[in-house]
Amino acid sequence: MTLILRGGRVLDPSQGMDKVADLVIEDGRICEITEAGKGNGSAVEDVSGLLVTPGLVDIHVHLREPGFEYKEDIESGTRAAAAGGFTSVCCMPNTEPAIDTPAVVRQIIERAEAVGSARVFPIASMTRAMAGDRLSEIADLKAAGACAISDDAFPVQNAETMRRGMEYCAQFGMTVMTHNEDQSLTVGGAMNEGLTATVMGVPGIPRVAEDIGAARNILLSRLTGCRLHLLHISTATTVEFLRWAKREGAPVTGETAPHYVTLTDEACADFNTNAKMNPPLRRAEDREALKAGLADGTVDVIATDHAPHARHEKEREFDKAPFGILGLETAFGLVYTHLVVPGVLTLHDAIRAMTIAPAAALGLPVGTLKPGAFADVSVFNLSERWTVEPSTFRSKSRNTPFGGWELLGKPVMTVLGGRIVRA
Amino acid sequence: MNNLLGLRELDAEDIRHVLATAANLREILGRSVKKVPTLRGRTVVTLFYEASTRTRTSFELAAKYMSADAVNISVAQSSVSKGESLKDTLRTLESVTADCIVIRHSSSGAAHMAARYLKIPVINAGDGRHEHPTQGLLDALTIADHLRPDTGFDFSGLTVAIVGDLAHSRVARSNVWGLTKLGATVRWCGPATLLPSDADRLPVQVTTDLREGIADADVVMVLRLQTERMEKGLLPSLREYSRLWGINATTLRWAKPEVVVMHPGPMNRGVEIAADVADGLGPGATVIEDQVHNGVAVRMACLYLLMDTGSPRVEDKL
Repeated sequence: MTLILRGGRVLDPSQGMDKVADLVIEDGRICEITEAGKGNGSAVEDVSGLLVTPGLVDIHVHLREPGFEYKEDIESGTRAAAAGGFTSVCCMPNTEPAIDTPAVVRQIIERAEAVGSARVFPIASMTRAMAGDRLSEIADLKAAGACAISDDAFPVQNAETMRRGMEYCAQFGMTVMTHNEDQSLTVGGAMNEGLTATVMGVPGIPRVAEDIGAARNILLSRLTGCRLHLLHISTATTVEFLRWAKREGAPVTGETAPHYVTLTDEACADFNTNAKMNPPLRRAEDREALKAGLADGTVDVIATDHAPHARHEKEREFDKAPFGILGLETAFGLVYTHLVVPGVLTLHDAIRAMTIAPAAALGLPVGTLKPGAFADVSVFNLSERWTVEPSTFRSKSRNTPFGGWELLGKPVMTVLGGRIVRA
Repeated sequence: MNNLLGLRELDAEDIRHVLATAANLREILGRSVKKVPTLRGRTVVTLFYEASTRTRTSFELAAKYMSADAVNISVAQSSVSKGESLKDTLRTLESVTADCIVIRHSSSGAAHMAARYLKIPVINAGDGRHEHPTQGLLDALTIADHLRPDTGFDFSGLTVAIVGDLAHSRVARSNVWGLTKLGATVRWCGPATLLPSDADRLPVQVTTDLREGIADADVVMVLRLQTERMEKGLLPSLREYSRLWGINATTLRWAKPEVVVMHPGPMNRGVEIAADVADGLGPGATVIEDQVHNGVAVRMACLYLLMDTGSPRVEDKL
């Protein structure tokens, strides 16, 4: 079975490629990239005028299964991924039960193989039940298929626990992905501490809570040699800490999310719970520092922190509504419209931050169109203008602050293992 | 005006209109029969998620003096205790044909949420640390009575010092917007741990020094200090607080001789305000009871303006 994507602009940062070509897929793998019009095969899709990239990789997604299927499940979450041009997602362990045993890891992988529209790589919890004390059985979790270890949503507060967890992970080559927050500084906080929160009378989450958490985790990574990935960076100072860590040669990568480079805490005004996430939207200075960090490569990865919540959960008092917003179905359009078009990032660097960079951060075998790789491919129409309409999302949830936004650049075809999962 | 959610949303003209209306309606409170038929047949529901004496009572009396029916929902005895969401509770009250909801809630933004989900007018009776607009209005009316009578509520040249726990105060926030829109200069004075982040970017002068804060002030507004602030590590002791930021006969001399002293209540006598000042035995004029009295008039004005006139939505329902 051969599939040809004919005549598209093939852009693959993993091999420095950007040219009009035919992409030849055979038996679910990339066979070759050949001169436009030369590829032969049983099925041909004309993608001339369109952008062809490795399938996007999102290493920070909450699929909510098992336990919270009313918000999202593997089937709906991976359909949302495919709709957004993502072919690989890493799912966070704050499920019920948590991803802290091999059984849950295998259950997610099997379920994704059965009903998924994207590859799913489970991330396991550093501690049992994400309680922050006893370590999970990390070697067994890795053997079962866990791709990394994280404390997202329930950051490990005890520095000794984090140190030993990193030491333990390092011996198996497991990357630790940290939510950086000193929670003694954020009790009761619901949005960024600052003028907007003061006017709204909403308890604040200070930027230093993230910075202290990030500094601690970077220092522990240097101490233990454990590969560290800083999740959802939202502050200028944490970008600076990451820059320092890289200069020192520490094995550290970092990500930010589209909402942190497009919004500020002013989006919370009028008590909009769909602009509430943790870490929270910050100041314009932070947004600009994040853009600069992406531009100079300090911030390696763009991930979405796709965090579905049911409508009734977000239709609550601002301080009582849960943290988190959707990301998968708006990410590419936001990145293209607000980072690439204004010249903050080249298209090449934007695609790198959403393909090979996240794959490399965790050592995932995806994010490339090199011959022999999985035939995971995304096709985008960069000239298509569209309006974000949450009611059309494939996700089960609707919690986005981007409803009604006009975006440029739309995913139009997603190929997973040689099979068109969305056209 | 479809709702009263905060003074930040109102312009000076709106505020002056409410105050002038309140000043007119206040005459009713002096009558032997305190009842006018203005809102006969209308129903006001007060929904209080926090304890309150003066705000709740004055809303209820304001409704009754205008012949509206007032129903008070006590959260402890309502379906809220069965876990009903705020949205569902609000929708239920609208469905039983309330014409106006007065809401007090510990979450900032609860009144905005009510306005989002209801078609009937919503009055914010205090939401978290956000706003308490009827308190701001009654404070303005009281200041006008004592310092700017018959000026059409023009406060230019007046300096109002708000002293105490500003971080947790919805009264302080409503007064910033209300008083500055009427032309006053507003100062905030309190310990650094009780000043909210970026307070200096609000239209206020901020200081931690009491002498500087109340120097030559026309009005000193004293805020309640909640004693649990000590447990959260925000203050070392009530004694030290009282020594550095307490308003007493000595410290009050730093303000103007004819200073007007206000307190939104309930007071902690001997903590943020000395008992003799509270009882009007200090320098200047203590007007705490005038504030409470004006609270009824201001709430009558708000109910009247939202329910009787200028509200096409109400008319549509008739």
